[in-house]
Amino acid sequence: MTTETEISDREIIAELQAGLPLVPAPYAEVATRLGMAEDDLIDRIRVMKEQGVIRRIAAAPNHYKLGMVANGMTVWDVEDDRIAELGALIGALPYVTHCYERPRAPEAGWTYNLFAMVHGDTRDEVEVKRAEIAEILGDACRDRSVLYSKRILKKTGLRLRKRG
Amino acid sequence: MMLDETSRALINRLQDDLPMDSRPFAAVGRELGISEEDVIARITEMKEAGAITRFGPFFDAAAMGGAFCLCAMEVPSERFEEVMIEVNDFPEVAHNYERDHALSMWFVLATETPEGIADTAARIERKTGLPVLCFPKLQEFFIGFRVTA
Repeated sequence: MTTETEISDREIIAELQAGLPLVPAPYAEVATRLGMAEDDLIDRIRVMKEQGVIRRIAAAPNHYKLGMVANGMTVWDVEDDRIAELGALIGALPYVTHCYERPRAPEAGWTYNLFAMVHGDTRDEVEVKRAEIAEILGDACRDRSVLYSKRILKKTGLRLRKRG
Repeated sequence: MMLDETSRALINRLQDDLPMDSRPFAAVGRELGISEEDVIARITEMKEAGAITRFGPFFDAAAMGGAFCLCAMEVPSERFEEVMIEVNDFPEVAHNYERDHALSMWFVLATETPEGIADTAARIERKTGLPVLCFPKLQEFFIGFRVTA
């Protein structure tokens, strides 16, 4: 018989990895599978959220199924000393789903350091949003491009092996 | 998939964090003025239709000691299908997209340790004979991966 103190975060994560059961009391169901009390599981999840191990409990939408078939990875060469300020503005735009500063790769001819993912129903819609981003970046942006997705080749969630 | 007004409101709400409540669907239903039963039925339907790919906790690989990295490869078009199979075969490759650029293959590596990224990239280079460019995030401008349905 497993006691509660022996149930590791990894076991909880492994049990939650497939998603939350769609029943009125989902934590009670997961707790039963793990052999622990519902309240204890909820407390453990709360702690994992505070630690940042769990970012949020939410839905991952499929943009394509929702009609947003145009997916443009917009990339920008932004002056290094202005990227923190401008990246925050771009990341806050409602149509930007991911926004990161990444290293340039000049040896490969890649001069871009700001990546902002923009989804839309059509490429025209993405282009309108790209023009808005260009306006916000203004003179701090030296070069830009957009890489549209042609095909999803693989899409899986994060896989963790079940271990102690 | 055609969603009605209520399902659109629900999918928009569900991209934000669920309240930590033993009856979370009842809590979301109260916010939107629908019943717990209706919330569950709508999420189930959207999952079955593929409008929602996953519903549950989003884990942070870095907080668990692991790492993520965006990588890109310039794949000659005549070798594309073969290289795709070789790259997708690595369990560390979480997502992989074909994009219309000379750097035509963009994938995300997810590994259990930070060292695993360089190691996996090197193994992909050996397997495919093509250079892998790594674009680790230096700074994240986080807003929560939200789209408005």
